[in-house]
Amino acid sequence: MKFGIVTFPGSNCDYDAYRAAVDTLGEDASYIWHKDHDLQGSDVIILPGGFSYGDYLRPGAIARFSPVMSEVVEHARKGGIVIGICNGFQIACEAGLLPGALLRNASLQFVSAPVTLKVENTDTPFTSGYETGALIRIPIAHGDGRYTADESQLDELENSDRVVFRYVNERGEITPDSNPNGSARAIAGIINAEGNVIGLMPHPERALDDLLGSSDGLAFFESILARVAA
Amino acid sequence: MKTWRVSVHITPRRGILDPQGKAVEGALHSLGFENVREVHIGRHIIIENEAVNADEATIAVKAMCERLLANPVTEDFEIESAAER
Repeated sequence: MKFGIVTFPGSNCDYDAYRAAVDTLGEDASYIWHKDHDLQGSDVIILPGGFSYGDYLRPGAIARFSPVMSEVVEHARKGGIVIGICNGFQIACEAGLLPGALLRNASLQFVSAPVTLKVENTDTPFTSGYETGALIRIPIAHGDGRYTADESQLDELENSDRVVFRYVNERGEITPDSNPNGSARAIAGIINAEGNVIGLMPHPERALDDLLGSSDGLAFFESILARVAA
Repeated sequence: MKTWRVSVHITPRRGILDPQGKAVEGALHSLGFENVREVHIGRHIIIENEAVNADEATIAVKAMCERLLANPVTEDFEIESAAER
């Protein structure tokens, strides 16, 4: 399987994503420059974290018009897997691949910390390796992660099991303190209706080794491998 | 073709939490401006755009707002009348 990691000007988690594919999974991966129009035969596209275009205007607003994004959107339309992590989630929302938007954290603070997530849906290509309801530790690092959508959209996401990850406390409860950015309904990650595009603010690619605090991100990448290989 | 200067105000949609506005509201209260009821913080964008007339310039800027300048999920925009430069 081949991973394609899109590098925008200002991406800073592209190397971590590359390392997750190549070192952790032992798969092939390429960097794809945002100005290219070639996904280089990638099966899985990762829109990595960072600050594309300096977050000018709104995070992801300008990157979503980068030349490569027309191929990324086409890849998603054909059922190809697209993963938007952090800034990649913001780009995916701006591009219309996922509903809603990510706004400035309610605290107005940039938050860089490990958080506890509850895996709400394991019937996705990204979470089949987790137990339903599993509590996992994954770091976040963002200033604009407050997931927002209108009420009917939020209801639709919940009713169709498209909320994949939620911010919870260590007992699995949703409390104001366990929600690091004020996201609506404590949403940390969602998938599209077809189930092939995921966006999440936490960084599973930074949680692949116990030496670095957590290996709970491993199952995220192993799930993708299992699904695409199947 | 003439050059028209068009101002756009982009503000958080009402009902969506605006933490910057809330923070400034609190600061204004603590300075003694007790009558402040709400503060909303957005962006002011000035575009100089070539067009045959003011209407055309405004129509173009509206399209820019819808495609890029404002996020239709979370923001509203208001276009000020175009002025010839």
